Amino acid sequence: MNQLLELLQKNARQTDAELAELLGREATDVTTELAALEKDGTIMGYSAILDQERYAPNNATAMIEVRLRPERGGGFDRLANRVASFPQVKSCFLMSGAYDLLVIVEGDDIREIARFVSETLSTMNGILSTATHFQLKTYKANGLRQSVPGELERLPVSP
Amino acid sequence: MSLDPQRHLAQQIQKIPRSGIRDFFELVLGRDDVISLGVGEPDFSSPWHIREAAIYSLERGETSYTSNLGLLSLREAIAGYVSETFDLRYDPKSEILITVGVSEAIDLAFRALLDPGDEVIYHEPCYVSYNPSIALAYGVPVAVATKPENDFSLKAADVAAAVTPKTRAIILNFPTNPTGAIIDRKELEAIAKLAVEHDIVVLSDEIYSELRYEGAEHTSIATLPGMKERTIFLHGFSKAFAMTGFRIGYACAPQVLTEAMMKIHQYSMLCAPITSQVAAIEALRHGAGPAEEMRQAYANRRNLLLTRFADAGIPCFAPGGAFYAFPDIRATGMSSQDFARELLDEESVACVPGDAFGPSGDGFLRCCYAASTDSLREAMTRIGRFYRKHIS
Repeated sequence: MNQLLELLQKNARQTDAELAELLGREATDVTTELAALEKDGTIMGYSAILDQERYAPNNATAMIEVRLRPERGGGFDRLANRVASFPQVKSCFLMSGAYDLLVIVEGDDIREIARFVSETLSTMNGILSTATHFQLKTYKANGLRQSVPGELERLPVSP
Repeated sequence: MSLDPQRHLAQQIQKIPRSGIRDFFELVLGRDDVISLGVGEPDFSSPWHIREAAIYSLERGETSYTSNLGLLSLREAIAGYVSETFDLRYDPKSEILITVGVSEAIDLAFRALLDPGDEVIYHEPCYVSYNPSIALAYGVPVAVATKPENDFSLKAADVAAAVTPKTRAIILNFPTNPTGAIIDRKELEAIAKLAVEHDIVVLSDEIYSELRYEGAEHTSIATLPGMKERTIFLHGFSKAFAMTGFRIGYACAPQVLTEAMMKIHQYSMLCAPITSQVAAIEALRHGAGPAEEMRQAYANRRNLLLTRFADAGIPCFAPGGAFYAFPDIRATGMSSQDFARELLDEESVACVPGDAFGPSGDGFLRCCYAASTDSLREAMTRIGRFYRKHIS
């Protein structure tokens, strides 16, 4: 377990100096390690985690179960990569079980996603079937709970 | 007409002063602008799996008394945990007693052991209940000061100097609240020898033992030669599992001591709450991961605090355990009380004055780092500014 990455995953806006303080290390040392982790691709990027229900309450998200016809030699990879290349596809996973790909799609509204599924995804060669599930409400995303009750009162001084 | 305390209150109670922490608590109470490093508990809620187990237990209707000793399944889980973690073997049927926090266990132990006038040696600065618990059991508290030059660790020689023919017990607490100090194995061995030689019982409050940093070692004195039969091993769930409000502690001791403590527990507390006992079982079964995550968070905050104390030029030894730092503010020429009060007035930061934990804590401050990194950073900026202003 990399302590530095654990801290960074919780809050990527911490400066190198702040991270160094928490780790009991030198800031320059942290800077060097982060640069190396970025270079070798372990750190792929930094992004903000938004409460989508506040930021874009009308946006729609769907989980689409996709069954594919595997190809000789390449298995699912070529087709899966084609699906993953669409910008509206936020995540795409090969799954065990009753279907092959789990595709997570975001759109400005439900109709936009419906169009993507019916006109683009399901018409691709090699796609056998799709089953689309729309997300109705978020309770937890990216490890963070939505609408958590406010700060608890704790005693300011205790033995 | 109000009651005359002189006439109606027991002498015993009248003699015991209020806790210094309570005085300070009242100063802080009602102010909402204060950053508090004054707490003595984790800033985390109990891990969800533990809370969920408690809820499920209530749903099933588990609302009865338990055996006076506590649920056998919990005692068995504790026996396993104590064996694995401390290399100590206790019989869950007769040598483990579940109490309402370690505080109750300490009270039971002193009441079970002491006759009026018996002396108990404790090291100071220490947890606020030791001295009064001894006095309430009609014992005589004998404080041994730990010293800044030893990073507030205890020296066996100082204990030896305090032993008299009336010494019945020694109470140890390492890692220590309020200093975060740990003890050398060598010193512990020498204290064990003393205890055997003078036939003294040792209470070992090891509530902070999981919270250690930078590879600090922990030995329970009960594992040393001749000690298991004269040690009351005290532990609980409050700190490592962030379960202070569940109030579950336990005492492991030879049957004769457990039985004596159980007698008092039986007629006063009856048993610890069943919901909390069930939650404690869950903590032992599946709590190691979340506990280690919390420990790691404390380790990071400890680093932060020590870096900031060093930057501010405030001397502070690197505490090996618990979640307290105990900086030295003597260079300001102020007493702990004045420093803490003025820090609260001028900078709205609450730290507990060191002498709330005994006179030898004067000149020091207890800073609890079980707080968010943002509040720790802001608090340390303010403490640094305050210190620079007042340093003579």
